[in-house]
Formats: sequence, structure tokens, C-alpha cells
Amino acid sequence: MRILAAMSGGVDSAVAAARAVQAGHDVTGVHLALSRSPESDRTGARGCCTLEDARDARRAADVLGIPFYVWDLAERFEADVIDEFVEAYAAGRTPNPCVRCNERIKFAAVLDRALALGFDAVVTGHHARLDPDGTLRRSVDPAKDQSYVLGTLRPEQLAAARFPLGDTTKAQVREEAAARGLAVADKPDSHDICFVPDGDTAAWLRQRLGPRPGPIVDAGTGDTLGEHDGTYAFTVGQRRGLRLGRPAADGRPRYVLDISPVTRAVTVGPGESLDVWRLVADRAVWPFEGVVSCQAQVRAHGGVVPARAEGCGDELVVSLEAPVRGTAPGQAVVLYDGDRVLGGGHIRATA
Amino acid sequence: MRPEALAAFTAALALTGNASSLHASGRRARRVVEESREALAGVLGARPSDVIFTGGGTESDNLALKGLFWERRAAAPARRRVLVSAVEHRAVLDTVAWLGAQQGAEVELLEVDAAGMVHPDTLEAALARDPDSVAVVSVMWANSEVGTVQPVSRLAAVAHRHGVPFHTDAVQAFGQIPVAVDAGAEGPDAITISAHKVGGPVGVGALVVRRGLAMQPLTHGGGQERDIRSGTLNTAGVAAFAAAATAACAQAPNEGPRLAALRDDLVRRVQEQVPGATLNGPPLAELPGGPRRLPGNAHITFPGCEGDSLLMLLDARGIECSTGSACSAGVARPSHVLLAMGASEDHARSSLRFSLGHTSRAADVDALVEAIGPVAERAGRAGALAGRR
Repeated sequence: MRILAAMSGGVDSAVAAARAVQAGHDVTGVHLALSRSPESDRTGARGCCTLEDARDARRAADVLGIPFYVWDLAERFEADVIDEFVEAYAAGRTPNPCVRCNERIKFAAVLDRALALGFDAVVTGHHARLDPDGTLRRSVDPAKDQSYVLGTLRPEQLAAARFPLGDTTKAQVREEAAARGLAVADKPDSHDICFVPDGDTAAWLRQRLGPRPGPIVDAGTGDTLGEHDGTYAFTVGQRRGLRLGRPAADGRPRYVLDISPVTRAVTVGPGESLDVWRLVADRAVWPFEGVVSCQAQVRAHGGVVPARAEGCGDELVVSLEAPVRGTAPGQAVVLYDGDRVLGGGHIRATA
Repeated sequence: MRPEALAAFTAALALTGNASSLHASGRRARRVVEESREALAGVLGARPSDVIFTGGGTESDNLALKGLFWERRAAAPARRRVLVSAVEHRAVLDTVAWLGAQQGAEVELLEVDAAGMVHPDTLEAALARDPDSVAVVSVMWANSEVGTVQPVSRLAAVAHRHGVPFHTDAVQAFGQIPVAVDAGAEGPDAITISAHKVGGPVGVGALVVRRGLAMQPLTHGGGQERDIRSGTLNTAGVAAFAAAATAACAQAPNEGPRLAALRDDLVRRVQEQVPGATLNGPPLAELPGGPRRLPGNAHITFPGCEGDSLLMLLDARGIECSTGSACSAGVARPSHVLLAMGASEDHARSSLRFSLGHTSRAADVDALVEAIGPVAERAGRAGALAGRR
């Protein structure tokens, strides 16, 4: 097969490409340039689109002896991922840009272009398993499992995807990279959001959106407890950084319960008010009829709770058998049966 | 590398000796350097002492522009303007941008026409506005992307009429078309050339500087090349440069028409295979008084196809071409040359440069013609997706 290997410059995608080469495929490496003005060096363990990462990807391709190109998707990434991220925060939601990037960039723009150019499949270094029948499963490495950020992909997006690393732990990937002579074997993992270079999302949003002050309101009394610079610095379920000065009357910690973009009010209250028992998700991928018993996951590195899900047009209604805390609109909900991904969607409302 | 250059290179590499040393080995190396200098001066119509060896075209451009700017402004502080064409190589554009940002220069980009040519009237107007404020003028001999040959003698004459020195980057032209220093008042005062474009090694070039033209050095430490350029002389590189340049210039009168015929065939047959494809730069048929283009250059736009898709698909078929320039991350950028010629960004992004040289044969053109139809069709499909949101 003719395979396009998306190479971020990290160890996972390098080993994934190496495995595709070893399997006898005709592999071409592509690094996605997602930043308009890339920083020249990585600082710490953040991001994946510096010039150094592009160089690391090129060197891995050299070692594998495959052709290598850089595809400029900066404009597309800015419009589909970054702008959407900013808009979502401005609207009081908490988006997951990695989910969005997989939906709109890696398994849309890149995949479509690859197929049009004559490739049969796209290989990435995601830690997830993809069965020949198209079933997505968790990685064997629970700490590195990325099935959640792939869980909202449509079947036709997964049809041409290949994830060769799903049966391998991260430690094994690093060992294999070292054995293959790939210099990225001990490169640190990337964390956080690749386009927020220093990891300070609130400061990054403040720079984009400017100060948008508003009140911090007590959910019980309706009293204004303080002021904030912008609702984008808050996410539902957040406890730290409220800077309220005086404690609640009952002395218990307060959490962000709600963010209203219209009044710019951030409502705070006791933790149990955060309990969510029911989710409505839109843009759902859900191929089932009727009520399905399953397990729900609402954040990338969160646990699962037993749930019952039912599709309703483009939407998905999920009833949880145990509450989850601090689930914010904008996050993805992915539904599992054991290690098998059943489907998912984007949380629109919670109750 | 040309075989004669490779032979000169390896022969000189085997010799011990620093050309600046006074002992026998040093003299032997010095002799190689000076014979090479004389050979290069010979093909350029220059005096041997005019030839300043450098580490390549980029260094020569930096030396000419910074060296002349510093010298001229030191003599008269009003001389702050630097006039260069909008289609220069990055070695010139980035250098003058630095002079602007760090050294107080006022950089003016001279407009080009749709074929990429700078009209002498354009330069005349820019100079006449305030000739005493201009430090240096630089217009390339021939464009590296679309192959447009500039009216260098006429441009130099305009600059000289206003008492301003004229530099030209002849890296792309040298060895393909006649490049020479005019002994009289006409002709450029400083010419950049590079070995690797004439079949010599990478890492050696020259700035040919007219006698009497004062300039500041870029680097200090030994003053080996007339105190304008320091650094131990690259004896083997210089010998190979001279051998390659001698061969290229000797063959050019025959090679030029051969490459032009091959190129014309390439353009015609590519357009047969891809009917929407258009040629950028000067037309193939040279009109009297019209712009000329380098014989080995074809620059073609394939509407609806992204240049980097075309490049990748052709590369996979063993055909190597170029999309213009890439940023430091390796991203293909729309050519500033095409944009300066009035092309849209889409047009610029859909373009490829095919270069023919001394190793190119009819079979190479045949291979491209056979591949280009399906490649453009496929790239067009990918391009149609990219346009859709």
C-alpha cells in the first residue's frame, strides 16, 4: 500500500512510520506545519510545531529512508482549531483542541489530500487500536491511551487511518525507537496545547480577547463576591484561582458552577452542585438504535462512569449512573463498551 | 560537478600548502589560486586583481551590499537609500532588509513588469528623485526563478550617470549567457558569481570588483583577498571553480541554443498534456527589444494544483523540480518573484520551475511529458479539496 505517515517529530509517529516501512508499504513522511511563525526551539515538553520538531521529523525520515515533505496547514489550523478554540472560550465553553484537530485537520484535510494524491492510508502515532472491521479500541497502555481524542471520528475518517502503536506501551515504543536508531527515542512527551507555547492558556486567551471584566456571583445568595478579568480564565469545575478573599459562610471550598458569556457572570458554589447526571451531546457519532448500556468518559485523562446512551437525530443523550464532576459544555463525551469505542459527541448541555 | 572541476578539485586537495605561506608548498598553492583567478578573470573580461574569492554567492552579495553601503555612507552620511529590484534572491533581499532594520538604510524595491524585468526608466525615476541620497543599486543579471535577463548594462549606465555604484548578482546567469565586466564606464561595478551554479563545488564564489571601487570588508582577520575578504584561501575550491567556469563559458555558445530548444520542447509538450498550464516570465520567442530568458529555464503554472503536491508526485517518479523558496521549517512559500510580477497567491502557489543544465537530455523531457498529465490531474483533485471547506 501507499501510505502517508504523519510525522510530528516525536517518538510515537517516528516508530509508527518505521513499522509501516517494515510491513513493506511504500511510505512517505509528511510533517504538518501548523504554526504561522514557528518558534525555533522546543522549550521543555510543550507543543509539537517548532522548527526543531520539523527537523526531528526530517531526521527520522532520513533514518527510515523515506521521502519527506512539509505540508503547510497553518491557515487551516488557525481557522478550524485556533479560532474555534478562542470562540468557544469566549462563549463560556471548554473546548478540546486535540479532538478538534483530529476531526478537522489530521483525519480531514490531511487524509482527504492524501487520498486525492493517491495514498491508500494515513499512519499516525496515536496510542489506540483500530481493528480491521473499523472498531476503535483503547491502547494496551492505559496511561497513554488516546482513544478519547479519536472517539468522535466518523467511520469514513477511520477507514483510511492506521494506528500501528495501539498494541504497544509507551516504554516499548521508546525502546523500539532506540533499537531502530531513531534519535527521538528519549525526546520528552508533548503535553498541553501545542499553540500555547508557555502553557498559560488564560494569559494566551487574554492576549487574544482582551480584558472582559465581570462579576463572580454566589450561586446560593446571588451576592457578587468579586470581579474577574474575563470568563475565559475559568472553566466549570475549577476551584483554584478564584481569588475571592473571604471564605464561604459554611467554610467549604467553592467551585465554578456556571459561566455566562452574556452577563459575563461566573457563578460559584459548593462542589456537589457540580454533579452531572445527564449530558446532551451534538455532532454525535452513534450508529446504534435504542438505549445502549456503556461507560462514559468526558475528559482526556479521566475515568469512566456507567451510563446509558440513546441517539436522537444528530444528538446523543447520556444518562449517567454515577455523577461526574465539573463537566463543561464543549468537551467531548466518548462512550465505551470495555475497551471498545462505541461513539461520542460534543457536550452541549449538562444537568 | 563537471568532470574537469572534480579533477581539479581532487588534484588540489591532495596538495599540502596554505596559499598565504611563504615556503615552497605555500607558493605551489598560491600558484594554483592565482592561475584560477586569471582563468576566471579571463572569462569575465576582468583583471585578475578584480576577482575576490569568497565562500559563495550569499557571502558575495552580503559583501557587496554591506561593504558598499558602509563605505559610501561613511563618506557622505546622506547616502542612506539602497535600491534593489523586487525579484532579487533572498541573499540580496534579506541583506538589505537587515541594513534597513539595523543600519539605518532606506530600502526601496524597484518594480518589475509582468515578465519580471526592471525597466531602466524605473531606476532612473528612483535615482533622479534624490541621487545624492543613494548608497548603492543592485539588480540581478538574470532571475533565479523565472529566468528573466535584466538589461544590466543599461541599468548600470543609469546608476553611473548619477554617480552611484551598481552591483549585480550574476549567480544564475554566469556560465549560461555572457557575463562580463565592461572595461569602460558601462557595466556593473561589482558582480556576484558562485561555483556550484557552473558545475563547480558548493562553498566557493567570488565578488568581481571594479578597480578603484572602495568598500568595507565584512569579515576581518588576515586580509587575504585585497583586505576586502579575510580567511584562508580555499585552494581546491577555487581551482575547481575556475575549471568549471572555463568549461561552462566555453560550451555556452553551443549549450545555450541546445538547452533553449530542449526547454521550448518541454514547455510546448507540457502544455499539450496539461492544456491550462501557462508559462511565467518572458515568452519563449524573443521579441526585438523585449525581455530575454535564460536558456535552461521553464517556469510553469498549473492552475488548481498546489505546487508542493506536484513536486511530491513528480519526485516520486524521479523528476526533480522546484516550487521556489521554502521557509526554515521546509514549508513551500508562494514565490515573491511571481507576486512582484503581479501574480496572485494562488497562481504563485501553483507553479513549478524546471531547470535544464549540461546533463539534461531529450529523454529527460520525455520522462516529464509522460508523467505530467496524470500528476497534474491528481494534484488538481487534491487542490479542489483544499479549496472546499
